[in-house]
Amino acid sequence: MKVRHVAVAVAVLALIAAPYAIQEPYYVNIASQILLYAVFALGLNILVGYAGLVSLGHAGLSGVAAYGVAYLLAAGYGHAVAIAAGLAAGLIVTAGFAALALRASGISFIMITLALGEIIWGLAYRWISITNGDNGISVNARPAPFGLSLDSANGFYDATLIVFLLALAACAVFVRSPFGAALAGTRDQPRRMNALGFHVWMIRFWAFMFSGLLSAIAGILFVYYNQFISPQALALTASAEGLLMVISGGAGTLLGPVVGAALVVIVKNVVSAYISRWNFMLGAIFVAIVVFMPEGLVPGTVRLARGAWRAANRRKPAAESAGAAGAAAPVAEQKP
Amino acid sequence: MTALAVKNLSKSFGGLHVTTNVNLTVEPGERRLIIGPNGAGKTTLFNLITGEIAPDAGAVLLFDRDITRLASRKRAHLGMARTYQIITLFPRDTILHNATLALLGLSPLRWNPWLTLARQRRLSAQARAALNRVGLQHMAERPLAETSYGEKRRVEIAMALAQEPRVLLLDEPFAGLSIDERRDVRELLKRIPRDVTVVMIEHDMDTALDLADRITLLHFGEVIVEGTRAEVVADPRTREVYLGE
Repeated sequence: MKVRHVAVAVAVLALIAAPYAIQEPYYVNIASQILLYAVFALGLNILVGYAGLVSLGHAGLSGVAAYGVAYLLAAGYGHAVAIAAGLAAGLIVTAGFAALALRASGISFIMITLALGEIIWGLAYRWISITNGDNGISVNARPAPFGLSLDSANGFYDATLIVFLLALAACAVFVRSPFGAALAGTRDQPRRMNALGFHVWMIRFWAFMFSGLLSAIAGILFVYYNQFISPQALALTASAEGLLMVISGGAGTLLGPVVGAALVVIVKNVVSAYISRWNFMLGAIFVAIVVFMPEGLVPGTVRLARGAWRAANRRKPAAESAGAAGAAAPVAEQKP
Repeated sequence: MTALAVKNLSKSFGGLHVTTNVNLTVEPGERRLIIGPNGAGKTTLFNLITGEIAPDAGAVLLFDRDITRLASRKRAHLGMARTYQIITLFPRDTILHNATLALLGLSPLRWNPWLTLARQRRLSAQARAALNRVGLQHMAERPLAETSYGEKRRVEIAMALAQEPRVLLLDEPFAGLSIDERRDVRELLKRIPRDVTVVMIEHDMDTALDLADRITLLHFGEVIVEGTRAEVVADPRTREVYLGE
């Protein structure tokens, strides 16, 4: 237990210190991107990993919040109002998504979320009087909470890190809670859960809302990071990318989506500088993950580490007992 | 007052009449055995009683309350618990977690997203007590996937008992068990206090005969014979159904 606390403290300190080590604003910005996509992936993972419901429309949920903020800022409202309204819009649309998609599960659920995501994308693209169509909406300034400017790469990184840590902590508490256990139960045995007295639909609905809240928060970080939003951010590829982050890192694990987000963002931004066909690179990495660690990078690494640990431990006692083979044999015989 | 009453219950899947005008009255504290050959509609009858499927016609009453249109989860809150013929447990979790989920289903805690489930002392104490009743307390922390078939059956029963039901429905609790395991489960079922009404499905007639007060014989979705143990065993129609003559 104590080892875990120390590890968490070290990780948090490393994240705080990261911009000073990186220095280059371009790479600090990439670190910010990783964190904001991690928030998005954490939200998606609540549904995909813990509820067993795969959504292909989550970029739409982020997009609604992002457009809400951009629209209200362009209309002259302050940051606080814009952020609150963006979150509210994201949650209202999430409730609509959930009400429609939760009529089904499995493939049908995926198809409904896909269709709903495409509707949001279509609205962003075609409802020009609100969204400015393909030209998108620019955001002129980032907020300055408590007088701290977020204009610099480091300032924005710090703000994103705080939001990310809060989101991660919320997820950590959520998955260990009674409600989290109930949600995982509906993933594994929905019929049994119903017979045990659980309201399966309602459990999934609130999980969807939590997932949508994190998506909306990620969307708001996204629009402030880019200071621009266009329909491209809501496209199916954006939803699919989120899904790849969750699955490659490890669905249903706390850190999997974070690792997945880092992987995708790094390949997209860093590797693409050296290899023009970076999409090919990303695809090859995913194929490798699916072949060697189908459960995802985080649980896969844990599995390999445990295996190595066990193998190392087995070798050690074997070497020790080899000298005292006569003493060891009767002990083994007593066992059955 | 009757514990469980089924009135003129019917259900068809397409042209197949799985349950045809079934009537059943079970008194409080009674041990009722429902027997019948494969495809007699025993499990379908259970699914109708627990609300997992909706009947085409008829009614289900729990302590004189009409629950025909009530969702499964609400029936659980009214004191109805069941086990499954095909084991329906949570394989990724420990035995203790399985039992805890059964308790959580009836607890208002189940909506709580910020407490830590593992730290809910009362809940885990109750879960351990439920495992104690079926003799599994010593392996509470074991992942369910690493348990034997007989142990899984006992987990099923522990989960149903943990909910302290008024009416307990057991769907073939002896299915797939070895002779020793059957003896254990039989002892376990005999210990269930008489304030719990037990309705049990069994495919094989001899297995559970001595546990039953009354027996209902189901064949092609219809009640063929009903009565005390001796009456049903002596009835020529029972022999006809089971021996085909």
